[in-house]
Amino acid sequence: MTDLTSLTLAEARDGLATKSFTSVELTDAHLQAMERARVLNAYVLETPEQARAMARAADDKIAKGEGGPLGGIPLGIKDLFATKGVRTTACSKILDDFKPTYESTVTSQLWRDGAVLLGKLNNDEFAMGSSNETSCFGPVVNPWRRNGSDTKLVPGGSSGGSASAVAAGLCLGATGTDTGGSIRQPAAFAGIVGIKPTYGRCSRWGVVAFASSLDQAGPFARTVRDSAILLRSMAGHDPKDTTSVNREVPDYEAAVGRSIKGLKIGIPKEYRLDGMPAEIEKLWTQGAEWLKAAGAELVEVSLPHTKYALPAYYIVAPAEASSNLARYDGVRYGARVPGNNIVEMYENTRAAGFGAEVRRRVMIGTYVLSAGYYDAYYLRAQKVRTLIKKDFEDCFANGVHAILTPATPSAAFGIGEKAGADPVEMYLNDIFTVTVNMAGLPGIAVPAGKDAQGLPLGLQLIGRPFDEETLFSAGEVIEQAAGRFTPAKWWE
Amino acid sequence: MSVDAATVRRIAHLARIAVTDAEVPHLQGELNAMLAFVEQLSEVNVDGVEPMTSVTPMEMKKRADIVDDGNIADDVVANAPATEDHFFLVPKVVE
Repeated sequence: MTDLTSLTLAEARDGLATKSFTSVELTDAHLQAMERARVLNAYVLETPEQARAMARAADDKIAKGEGGPLGGIPLGIKDLFATKGVRTTACSKILDDFKPTYESTVTSQLWRDGAVLLGKLNNDEFAMGSSNETSCFGPVVNPWRRNGSDTKLVPGGSSGGSASAVAAGLCLGATGTDTGGSIRQPAAFAGIVGIKPTYGRCSRWGVVAFASSLDQAGPFARTVRDSAILLRSMAGHDPKDTTSVNREVPDYEAAVGRSIKGLKIGIPKEYRLDGMPAEIEKLWTQGAEWLKAAGAELVEVSLPHTKYALPAYYIVAPAEASSNLARYDGVRYGARVPGNNIVEMYENTRAAGFGAEVRRRVMIGTYVLSAGYYDAYYLRAQKVRTLIKKDFEDCFANGVHAILTPATPSAAFGIGEKAGADPVEMYLNDIFTVTVNMAGLPGIAVPAGKDAQGLPLGLQLIGRPFDEETLFSAGEVIEQAAGRFTPAKWWE
Repeated sequence: MSVDAATVRRIAHLARIAVTDAEVPHLQGELNAMLAFVEQLSEVNVDGVEPMTSVTPMEMKKRADIVDDGNIADDVVANAPATEDHFFLVPKVVE
């Protein structure tokens, strides 16, 4: 039998349908791969018993012809999604041994469609980070290495465990969340596909909140087709999330392979940064040529407020985080550190429970929302956000169907390499992705090439609201031209 | 704008995060680095621009004002660090 962990999700689905193997066999192969790859630290919790039970149930259903769209497919779940009875920590000490008594809407839809839970995946604490180094479970290791080097690289963040696990063949797909680039940046660093859908497309209910007006769930997979299959199951209206949109979920897979002839693809001149590495520039040009060869029309566009997206984000996101994270007070769940009175108890609990990055963001958020500073910071940032969104609206109003940009300003960097004193240096990783969250748009990262050191690089396509289908169609063109990227399994 | 040590302590207290005196200078440096970074927003002309309140244009959904859940007290307190008879236990609040 071929290695079941090297199949794509679509191939596994077909193999299960034709009874070439069972879900139990497929699941066991992944559980074994997970065990061998623990050095990557991608999973913070493996759930082998639950996985086998779900796989057996899936096999029974498949035998009866009731397998469902994801029947028997083993997946990894970012530890930001509440999973009933299964420890959910957001990779923060403050949640301690939290076992939700409910299931997030997105994961419940995956189980509804027959998927199998392999375990919970590492991420930056409360999804705050771009390298997965802020997790209380320690950093995740990228399965990719530089040519001839054994330096451990970050997988990006915040969904670093998801990216690493998918790239290393430790699941057929994974969930992620994206507040400023947390799906697309790690997907690019790991040479896989990741899509952040339009804000409102996936329910946020049961997903640990970071910045509610920016957070959106989405899938990681090794191919564009696989990510389309996963998004269809994850998306959909949920009355429990007031920002969830009541709109039909298209058959995204049908968009994969659809012609992009006549599509107008915008190239935003403001994304051409001073000092941008030549490799990124070259990749971007190459991507545009592939789309052009497939019949798309390339046009230069302008998004004049691009440079203000990251600073505005670092007001809006921490402000919302400071409000959302107020709930971690040592009373209703999680860890508690005693104090002489209730305020001391809160302060001691939060000092011990939050890591440095979370504490920093909660404090800056508290400051920009405090009396006397609200107008100067928060209100101004929300006005700038309106302008950022308008840039995109103007561009789409001119007939542009999608926008092509690099996904990240560099390839993956080494663990600890950006641990310098200035947090802003790390934040610059999200320079190409954060605009998309600020405007609520869908964005997909697709691997498109390698740098001189042999590390994968990704391109990003940004779409019109709720037009994920165009991203899958155009993303597939890039994937077909660039081929797929698989790291050597040095850990086995 | 930048923050001084007293402001750092005040923000920490507002955020209900204990900080030691030794941590203040480091936090002050980090917060000021972030404030310096966001300073560039002051050059944007935002006259007459509405602040964003909803990124996806939609009407706020409302549900019927009815009880549709309940009798799950065990679930509600299941993860609490200290409880008694379905109550959360906290240090004495009222003298």
